[in-house]
Amino acid sequence: MSNHVVTLTNVTKTYQVGAEKVRAVRGITLSIPAQRFTMIVGPSGSGKTTLLNLIGCIDAPSSGEVEISGRNVGHLSDSEVSDFRAAKVGFIFQSFSLIPVLSAYENVEYPLLLTGVGARERRRTALAMLEAVGLTAQRHQRPNELSGGQKQRVAIARALVKRPAIVLADEPTANLDSQTGASIIALMRRMQTESSTTFIFASHDDHLISHADEIFTVRDGELIESANA
Amino acid sequence: MMLFKIASRSIFRNTRRSLTTMLTIAIGTAATLIFGAYTTFVFYGIETSTVERLGHLTVYRQGYFDFGSGNPAIWGIAHYETVLQQISSDPVLSSLTVIATPVQSLAGIVESSASDESRTFLGTGFVPADRDLMKHWDEHGTALLRANGTDFDAADSSQGIVGVGLARILGLCAPLKLGNCPKLPTGAPSDKAASADVAALPSQNFSDLVARDTADDPATANKYARIDLLAATAGGAPNVVNLAVRHAEPQGVRELDDAYVGMQLPLAQQLVYGRGEHRVTGIVLQLHRTEDMQQARRRLAEIFASRHLDLEVRDFAELNPFYTQVVNLFGGIFSFIAVIIGVVVLFTVSNAMGMSVVERTDEIGTTRALGVRRSGIRRQFLLEGAMLGFLGATVGVILALAAAYFVNRAGISYVPPAQAEPVPLRLYMFGAPLFIVKVWLTLIVVATLAALLPANRAAKLQIVDALRHV
Repeated sequence: MSNHVVTLTNVTKTYQVGAEKVRAVRGITLSIPAQRFTMIVGPSGSGKTTLLNLIGCIDAPSSGEVEISGRNVGHLSDSEVSDFRAAKVGFIFQSFSLIPVLSAYENVEYPLLLTGVGARERRRTALAMLEAVGLTAQRHQRPNELSGGQKQRVAIARALVKRPAIVLADEPTANLDSQTGASIIALMRRMQTESSTTFIFASHDDHLISHADEIFTVRDGELIESANA
Repeated sequence: MMLFKIASRSIFRNTRRSLTTMLTIAIGTAATLIFGAYTTFVFYGIETSTVERLGHLTVYRQGYFDFGSGNPAIWGIAHYETVLQQISSDPVLSSLTVIATPVQSLAGIVESSASDESRTFLGTGFVPADRDLMKHWDEHGTALLRANGTDFDAADSSQGIVGVGLARILGLCAPLKLGNCPKLPTGAPSDKAASADVAALPSQNFSDLVARDTADDPATANKYARIDLLAATAGGAPNVVNLAVRHAEPQGVRELDDAYVGMQLPLAQQLVYGRGEHRVTGIVLQLHRTEDMQQARRRLAEIFASRHLDLEVRDFAELNPFYTQVVNLFGGIFSFIAVIIGVVVLFTVSNAMGMSVVERTDEIGTTRALGVRRSGIRRQFLLEGAMLGFLGATVGVILALAAAYFVNRAGISYVPPAQAEPVPLRLYMFGAPLFIVKVWLTLIVVATLAALLPANRAAKLQIVDALRHV
């Protein structure tokens, strides 16, 4: 049995922008081993975010197959894909995408609710995760009361709290100072070991790239290089 | 729980918009409730005044209702005391009925010898004590102003009442001490020509008859205004009785008010049946509750069928078509207003929710990415619509109750449909909890339905498009 958690086979993604068709991903085939720090690098507009979206099952390929944790997600219904995301995938968006009407604690607690975790366990886990990202004191604050770095840490805590099989992160350390960035990377490393979580990043952060186990380089929607670090 | 948390907080993200939406729902709810309460009060008012007068059900000889009004005398129910006894002794009917009482309808010519005025009349003979009891019926607590009791002298069966209009026409305002009674304009047309027709009748016989039918108690002969009633007996012979008018009562409908004569049953029977068998045209049943009317009607039909009685039963709505007309008219107006308010609420909530979906597109993308299903997004926005409806409708109910409280205590009076006298204006809301709940629930359902379209639009958003939305 393959130990690859992600397998993309000849995946293409084409967007219709007005009258024009834009091919964001062009026939990419790649496999990402489980429990690794995988980096997708490339210049802006190269297709990194589209690739993350396809792996995270929030976008469907125009052609080709996407297999996550041994399941061909193309064969799942929309509800099944939603349940799959709730159970297996954590996202860290570049723009944080926190729910503005919920406090930091509630934002972190939300993914646990979606997976049916009991109230007591939910509270314990969410508080522990907030403590791990250093936001215990800010747990009652809403996103508009937090700084950019604090929002980023809430977003990271929200992605990690359910200990998903895969965490997809778009520039996860972009808004963090180097010390906080380092502590977050350490937290991710610990989860990688404890929870067998696979981390897939799209980033320009050299410090983060230096921690990569595997690097995929994309340009103009094509995979041009695959390397083990 | 999280769904409620997000919904309740989201509707106050844009406070002004949400308050405007809720205010629209609240005003819509209050307007519907207030008009509905007024309509209910009108319905109950007409029902109460009709049932006080006519009872719920009236038993007639078969065919009377369709053909008997022209000559009530020939449609009398023979041996009515037996029928009355059968009704009163029936265990089902006795538990449903306040009273069962005989009445005699009649028509003829009335003349006031004092003023020398005459005109046609519509009369009813009744049992005074029963009539007084019927006037206490107020199932719905309308507390309508009631006419005085009959207050007849028990020993004098010639005492009766007239409509206020008839009293005015017959020139009885002064003797009956009626207020607001206009005087006949000078130079008004005279009805002496018509009186001449009456005078042409064999007056000698009338005088004898009148003399025979004057008051039992000579003391009352000059105490009250007196009128003569002329009618044809069941056998077709003319007959006259003399009536001592105790007082005038408003009759609600102008045509009836100008022609009504109420008298004690024996006098009416004497006028209609003379020395023949005394019958009645109807047996009136007043029930404790209007909702028992069909049950009582069925039971009466069973009794009549089992005893082979040639009788039929009519309810008060059949006897008083005005009741049904007013109910239909007000019902139609209420439905129209309710639909308009529903449409306004529908568009207001739909618009507010549509704007909310646009503003929260990124949030929708995020929650979908976290694993919320399309149905979860739909539920989220439907819940927000329902919450707006709940809050708006609840505020509306409070506003309506406050309005009803103040209006009911303001001492406003007016003349409602089918009433001749002013009554205190009341908004019938505190006694109609089911109506309040229905309106409240309907507005919540409308607000929820209004959110359906925006909710579906939100649920169908593509996640990546939603996340890219600025």
